[in-house]
Amino acid sequence: MTSTLSSFVKQSWAGLRAMLVLTVLLGVLYPAVVWGVGQAVARDQAAGSLVSVDGSVVGSYLVGQQWTGAQWFWGRPSASGYAGDTSGGSNLSGTALTDEVARRASTARLDPATAPADALTASGSGLDPHVSQAYAVSQVPRVAAARGLAESQVAALVDAHVQGRVAGFLGQPRVNVLELNLALAALSGRSAG
Amino acid sequence: MSDTVSGLLTIAVLVAALAAVHVPLGSWMAKVFTDTRHWRVERLVYRLVRVDPASEQRWVTYAVAVLAFSVVGIVLLFLLIVFQSVLPLARGASMNVDTAVNTAVSFVTNTNWQSYAGEAGTSPFVQTVGLTVQNFVSPAVGLAVAIALVRGLARSSGTDLGNFWVDLVRGLFRVIVPLALVGAVVLLLGGVIQNLTAPTTVTTLSGGHQVLQGGLVASQEAIKELGTNGGGYFNANSAHPFENPNAVTNLVEVFLLLVIPFSLPRTYGVMVGDRRQGWTVLGFMASLWALMLTAVTWSEVHAAAGPLGALEGKEVRFGVWPSALFATSTTATSTGAVNSMHESFSALGGGGALFSMMLGELSPGGVGTGLYSALVVAILTVFIAGLMVGRTPELLGKQIGRREITLTALTVLVMPLLVLVFTGIGIVAPLVTSQMLATGPHGLTEVMYAYTSAANNNGSAFAGFSADTPYTNLTLALCMFVGRFAPIVLVLALAGSLVAQRRRPVTAGTLPTHSPTFVGLFVGVAVVVGGLTFFPALALGPLAEALS
Amino acid sequence: MTPSSTTTSSPTASNPADPMQPGARRQKRHGRGNDGGDALIRPGHTSTSYTQLARQLVTTLPQAVAKLDPRHVWHSPVMFVVWVGSVVTTVQAVADPSWFAWTLSIWLWATVLFANMAEAVAEGRGKAQAATLRASRRTTTAERRLPDGSLETVAASDLTIGDVVVVRPNEVIPGDGDVIEGMATVDESAITGESAPVIRESGGDRSAVTGGTTVLSDGITVRITTRPGETFIDRMIALVEGASRQKTPNEIALTILLTVLTIIFLLAVMAMQPMAVYSGQAQSPVVLVALLVCLIPTTIGALLSAIGIAGMDRLVQHNVLAMSGRAVEAAGDVSTLLLDKTGTITYGNRRATQLLAAPGLGNEEVTRAAYVSSLADETPEGRSIVELAAAALDSPTREALDRLPRDGATFVEFTAATRMSGADLPDGTAYRKGAADSVARWVTSHGGEMPSGVVTEVDGIASSGGTPLAVAVQEPGRAPRVLGVIHLKDVVKPGMKERFAQLRAMGIRTVMITGDNPLTAKSIAAEAGVDDFLAEATPEDKMALIKQEQLGGRLVAMTGDGTNDAPALAQSDVGVAMNTGTMAAKEAANMVDLDSDPTKLIDIVSIGKQLLITRGALTTFSIANDIAKYFAIIPAMFVILFPGLDALNIIGLASPKSAIVSAVIFNALIIIALIPLSLKGVRYRAAGSTALLRRNLLVYGLGGIVAPFIGIKLIDLVVSHLPL
Repeated sequence: MTSTLSSFVKQSWAGLRAMLVLTVLLGVLYPAVVWGVGQAVARDQAAGSLVSVDGSVVGSYLVGQQWTGAQWFWGRPSASGYAGDTSGGSNLSGTALTDEVARRASTARLDPATAPADALTASGSGLDPHVSQAYAVSQVPRVAAARGLAESQVAALVDAHVQGRVAGFLGQPRVNVLELNLALAALSGRSAG
Repeated sequence: MSDTVSGLLTIAVLVAALAAVHVPLGSWMAKVFTDTRHWRVERLVYRLVRVDPASEQRWVTYAVAVLAFSVVGIVLLFLLIVFQSVLPLARGASMNVDTAVNTAVSFVTNTNWQSYAGEAGTSPFVQTVGLTVQNFVSPAVGLAVAIALVRGLARSSGTDLGNFWVDLVRGLFRVIVPLALVGAVVLLLGGVIQNLTAPTTVTTLSGGHQVLQGGLVASQEAIKELGTNGGGYFNANSAHPFENPNAVTNLVEVFLLLVIPFSLPRTYGVMVGDRRQGWTVLGFMASLWALMLTAVTWSEVHAAAGPLGALEGKEVRFGVWPSALFATSTTATSTGAVNSMHESFSALGGGGALFSMMLGELSPGGVGTGLYSALVVAILTVFIAGLMVGRTPELLGKQIGRREITLTALTVLVMPLLVLVFTGIGIVAPLVTSQMLATGPHGLTEVMYAYTSAANNNGSAFAGFSADTPYTNLTLALCMFVGRFAPIVLVLALAGSLVAQRRRPVTAGTLPTHSPTFVGLFVGVAVVVGGLTFFPALALGPLAEALS
Repeated sequence: MTPSSTTTSSPTASNPADPMQPGARRQKRHGRGNDGGDALIRPGHTSTSYTQLARQLVTTLPQAVAKLDPRHVWHSPVMFVVWVGSVVTTVQAVADPSWFAWTLSIWLWATVLFANMAEAVAEGRGKAQAATLRASRRTTTAERRLPDGSLETVAASDLTIGDVVVVRPNEVIPGDGDVIEGMATVDESAITGESAPVIRESGGDRSAVTGGTTVLSDGITVRITTRPGETFIDRMIALVEGASRQKTPNEIALTILLTVLTIIFLLAVMAMQPMAVYSGQAQSPVVLVALLVCLIPTTIGALLSAIGIAGMDRLVQHNVLAMSGRAVEAAGDVSTLLLDKTGTITYGNRRATQLLAAPGLGNEEVTRAAYVSSLADETPEGRSIVELAAAALDSPTREALDRLPRDGATFVEFTAATRMSGADLPDGTAYRKGAADSVARWVTSHGGEMPSGVVTEVDGIASSGGTPLAVAVQEPGRAPRVLGVIHLKDVVKPGMKERFAQLRAMGIRTVMITGDNPLTAKSIAAEAGVDDFLAEATPEDKMALIKQEQLGGRLVAMTGDGTNDAPALAQSDVGVAMNTGTMAAKEAANMVDLDSDPTKLIDIVSIGKQLLITRGALTTFSIANDIAKYFAIIPAMFVILFPGLDALNIIGLASPKSAIVSAVIFNALIIIALIPLSLKGVRYRAAGSTALLRRNLLVYGLGGIVAPFIGIKLIDLVVSHLPL
């Protein structure tokens, strides 16, 4: 027993020395190497695929945003309100979820029976940057009316921003809301101009 | 293209990639752990740590080394977290003491259960210097223990199981670190961030404000999946776009979390000198994984056709199939990373993820833990099967006698004991029930999921359950600690008992442990033992919910 | 699923033509048993029918009730849990009486009782046998010879090692010992059941006598070799009674596994109560106990010790006494079998199998010559030549030849020096037959020559492992001529090849041990189909072979009877001594075969395997049963709370209470139903292990899943009429 104990103490010192050596190698050197590679070959991605308009950052292509106002395409409901410093889903299920969906439907003035599934469900991250094509299309009349644009014009814009499955089979067809709204703003600017 | 075709193709590509990689990787790992030479950098480490790489250890010493290293790891990580406010890059992150205990135990035990929100609880310094380091060493510990057990089977009439420090360092330098580097760069190219920028608030087009986070995410994400860790840089874990920006990174992450566990059967086969044995274990793991994947996917696809769809808690860029694939793989591997919220899955889908853990993390299980857990079930299977053909049971010529079956049975007992006792107490304790989000059967599943996840060192959660209270933090930490180290000590004792035996030769009367019949029984034992143990609990949780 | 009501004779598929076939032998002994007086015969032992079983169960009821003592039940952790559950349920039934609670408590007690009955029935068989043995051990006095040669009468129980006693005809030998003077015929039927007396004489390998046996003729002087109370017959009684029965290693391992399974189910059921409370429907302790008892492996737990006792008992049925259960288990693992050639594989004597005429000569002449020259040869070889030749001669010729002695022929006897025998006829014709080289010398010394064709034949026979004899004749005034060659060879017993093939299928390598030269050995080995042979074997060679096999991790079984076999018997993992052998051999071995039949090893191996298979099969069956029980009980417990759970009631049981009661009744009755199987053992077929596994999985695994669904449903049909 005492030999096991002394063995434990001896191994613990070895463990401590090992932890310190490994911390330098894995906790400092490894992330630094990956960071260096990122700076060299993937600077944009490493920084977070940021979007700038007129020199100021307005968001990230990867991160969904809260869109207020009928003139914008909206993203999905978010459990965290697209805050960005918190993330996560609603974790609701069963009747609690049914109730929540009904509440979201009435807020967005959507008919739960016909609305696309993503229009009334919150994502896991609360930062989903995408919506389904169906949800984007369903918003066309509202956006066009709010901006005084022809529905066909807006619909064509949506069509142009539908991303297919990656490599033809991976993931889902989807529309990046920020990209769509940027194009929308540009279109409005042109029409206004 | 329909979702079904897309989903099946995704799975096919994943399986093809795993099939292509597991042979070279498995053989490479066998070579790594039987190599007689040391790399220069390894020798430098041994000198700094002051261990003699040439000396081998008996099972007791090996176990003591594992425990000592892990306890030191827990203490160091705990201190790092508690003192993070005075360390660099603090950025206001803070954690309660009980949460810190939970977190320290969690990352050292390869669980990576997070009672805190990733963004708020830990500073970038702790994430990188503390958590990332444990993300590396905890799978290396599991790998070392698995290799020690394999040596117990492979060696004849010996006493030693190898040297823990050598196995740890080699596992890191020759397997885990190189793969993690490749994985990190691939994820980086796919859009995962890697920067030291402080959170910045931007003004959005519609005039709102949003905080954009920075962090050394790609480096941590790669090892989080590869090491079957699962602790997210962000609260939303792999659902967060900065951790998992698109369908390609998603597939890469699923691949990373499965690749070592699915390659280890090959390592085992090569090390014991009978590759068919490796195929048996691989067949066992793959069958269970396929079984659970089918159940979870079926349930989610079925739910998607329902009135609410199945997208609550799921990302549009992934959709139902890849989310079910991720959920199955993460719970089958003790990873616990999530790309969708399991709590919002359908009753049977979430129940499937839960049952995947209840099988004991062996389909294919965590790095190392999967292999040794599977071998423990193999010994159990051999015991029953051996009796049924009229032979004293033996695996690879090692007899499964009184001592071996005692250690095996106790190993199997640990996890159900923790899950059932703590779920039983928790479900009637106001301290716990007050933290539940759901009510009724789903609430029971929440609590059961938490303790199952902890006892199996998985780390995923039905995240509606607010586990950040002293009682839950400490009981979950206890489950994680015992659920990790009791089996490790028992498995090493088993290895010690096996290594001392002479390998008996194979005769026509020996039960071949590579026949399809044996694999069938092997899978049957795992499912029946898991099923019988947890059926009453599952009946009151997911089954009652699904059938009501 | 239920075992057949009649038992077959042997666990191995024996060749009916084989005189050593155990079934045939047992039948023979059985017949004698019905005449009374056979120590080992227990009525109805080999044909267990349900009526007989029922009778046995009833007679063991008092014992079974006595075994309800918790100190006894404690030995089986699984049954102890049932016992505690029964107490809890009974207390509950008394406190809050209901038909439901009382029905459950009665059936729970029945479960424990049935387990005790199984054990008692298995033990009962041994006890009956022990009683008969004890009755035969009635000797009370002995004539002890003092150093001065005088005799004193002492109680047999006072004899110690080294005492010398004199035993006269019709006296019972007072203790185990070696004959040091004289020779006697001894009736050993008290131990072996064999009524034909055996000869015991001083010196050599037949000097051992066993206490309790009776001297029939002549007197012997015996030196006692065992202490009183430790004699062979005492140990035999202890063994068959199960008094010295200890759990075998594998049985302990299985018990540990079953205990851990029980703990897991205990946890599952205990954790269920708070979950039930949370869900809003706390369960009564009675229902929880019922669920627990149904889940824990009661079937195997109840029958485990009966299986072990019955395994030993089956050996006794084969007239083998195992000194420990460990050896029986080891027998199942044997991978190398050492068999003595002589008496085991072959008849032991070389026999004439063929007469070959010299080139250019007819068969008639050589046959006549062989016949005449062997008429006076009384060796077994000589007799076999006469038999072979006689069959080829027509009767007038034979009668003419048989008259030769009266006609004045003189015979030359076989001697070790000449290695020839023959006959000299009155007309001067001389016939000679003998070892080829001796005959060749005789022929050439008388001016004849050995034809090269004969030399070729001789060499051919020798190289095939046979023994060539040459036959020659010298007619008056002429040079001797070689007429032909007789082929002598060792004849392998019929059916051996099949038996060895069977052993090979069981994964056992057979090694033949023989004193023959390698050439002969090789040929016999090939003919008998053994895997390997050890020629010109000395006891040291045998020992070395065993050690070498064991070094390779193989378990070795062997038989032996001589004192010089003792070290090898002790070294081997399963050493079977012949009862005719010396005391030293019996002491060294871990089994004694009372029939002294070396092929018995094959049966022993089968019994060892059968023992393990029965345990494995019933364990699998027991656990597989749980699936159906869950489907019966869980919906019954919670269907009021969650009506949807009725979907799990897939066999449509009448009501929640009837479902629970039916599951408990099934659980108890299946023990009774499986008692015959556990006593008889699961049939073992020599087949590849994977095929065996597949078959047993199908029968006991799949059967274990399906059977309770049917059984519980049927019981429910009855139970649903009770006022629960």
